[in-house]
Amino acid sequence: MNDVMSFVATGNASPLLHEIRHALAQLIKDGSENIIDLGAIPFAPGDDRILEEILGTGEVHAVLSLQGESHVRETSIPGVWRVDHLDEAGQQQSRFIEITFMPDILKTQREDAERGLETLAERLGTLDDNR
Amino acid sequence: MANKPMLPELMKTHGVSRRAFMKYCASLASVMALSPAMVPRIAEALENAKRPSVIWLSFQECTGCTESITRSHAPTIEDLIFNAVSLDYHHTLQAASGHAAEAAREQAMKENYGNYVLIVDGSIPLDNPGYSCIAGISNLDMLKETAAGAAAIVAVGTCAAYGGIPHANPNPTGAVAVSEIIKDKPIINVPGCPPIPVVMTGVLAHFLTFGIPELDELGRPKAFFGESIHDRCYRRPFYDKGKFAESFDDEGARGGWCLYKLGCKGPTTKSACATVKWNNGVSFPIEAGHPCLGCTEPDFWDGGGFYKPLSVPAGDYRKMGLAAVAGGAAVGVASALLSKAGKAKAAKAHETVDAHDLEK
Repeated sequence: MNDVMSFVATGNASPLLHEIRHALAQLIKDGSENIIDLGAIPFAPGDDRILEEILGTGEVHAVLSLQGESHVRETSIPGVWRVDHLDEAGQQQSRFIEITFMPDILKTQREDAERGLETLAERLGTLDDNR
Repeated sequence: MANKPMLPELMKTHGVSRRAFMKYCASLASVMALSPAMVPRIAEALENAKRPSVIWLSFQECTGCTESITRSHAPTIEDLIFNAVSLDYHHTLQAASGHAAEAAREQAMKENYGNYVLIVDGSIPLDNPGYSCIAGISNLDMLKETAAGAAAIVAVGTCAAYGGIPHANPNPTGAVAVSEIIKDKPIINVPGCPPIPVVMTGVLAHFLTFGIPELDELGRPKAFFGESIHDRCYRRPFYDKGKFAESFDDEGARGGWCLYKLGCKGPTTKSACATVKWNNGVSFPIEAGHPCLGCTEPDFWDGGGFYKPLSVPAGDYRKMGLAAVAGGAAVGVASALLSKAGKAKAAKAHETVDAHDLEK
């Protein structure tokens, strides 16, 4: 059944891939980033297969542990990233294609860095006390 | 209780990072059918929003809507949204019962008068108040009393939005929708039997962040009910090519062909089923091989048959005279026997059952 379904396609993969091509050209031209929400487009398993085949697998695959895993993968087209958010049960929450030099979610957030500074100071304090 | 710290504070308390919050906002934007470019605005709105009090009233309903919104693996976006509201009254979910439960509703109303969100599932019987009461209070009185202090009302499920199955012919209780009683408050209809869980929570999230969403002529948020299932269906290209499944699970149905001839109501039904899907995005009825029943539309139950193509006139069978019914009864008994024999024969021979068999 899955084999049959993997060939069922809406025809939306092709225009989406062209949209990605335009967005990548724009990124190179002026640095403007683009995010495409795959949940907003009618997609059948066959479309996913086409997308996977054309974009392929690239050099980076980061797994983030954020209330469930998030998978951030650069495709074999550098500058085009797949971002899949899962919940703690492993169920898909949302999925995006980001056309960017670096997805925001990979960067350390300022608020987290501020909290990190506090935590490091606390730990150093404990270390000094124990000396 | 209401007006307590909003979501970011809750996340900080539970050791959730800013990065996880941004992931949450990204998924929320997807759920609310908003552009990913809106994520920073969603984050900002959530940071500044107050935690609202929510009163949930259940009238003539089957609890399917509550089942839908709570039947998900924790923790999900739905849970997080519920963390962002103060659910002060809900028959099924609250621990209190009897007078204590009613006291909780009255207290929440008093403390948050003019500001709380009222969620209603189920229709309201107008023929006789005794048909459906809670703590001796008729549904009608409880709705009027609670709606008076609400900032907005969300009618979840087709029963609250349009009367639903209780309203179906012959409507023995005189069931009506919330909007037929309350005329002076903003009402957001979130129909479906039941609605998709993330659509319900997505509407709540929109209300929390940006206020009342843009609504269509039936009071439904356009973000989720702006397009027909047909327009967003992965089987749509086969409809355009004239390729239709002729029976359930035949080769065409398995190959993704359109279910129009099997009675699919997708072309006349507006809902996000084809994109948001069910069970955390696993599938939706048409993907599972069953035609859409049209449950987000008014009077879907009286549409003339779930397995008749839209092109077959439904006919006003409801107004058929008694004489005609009586006259047809004898014929009906005979045809029922024939039909039964036919079904038994089909079962024995493992014949494929199609839409016509289901209508017999």
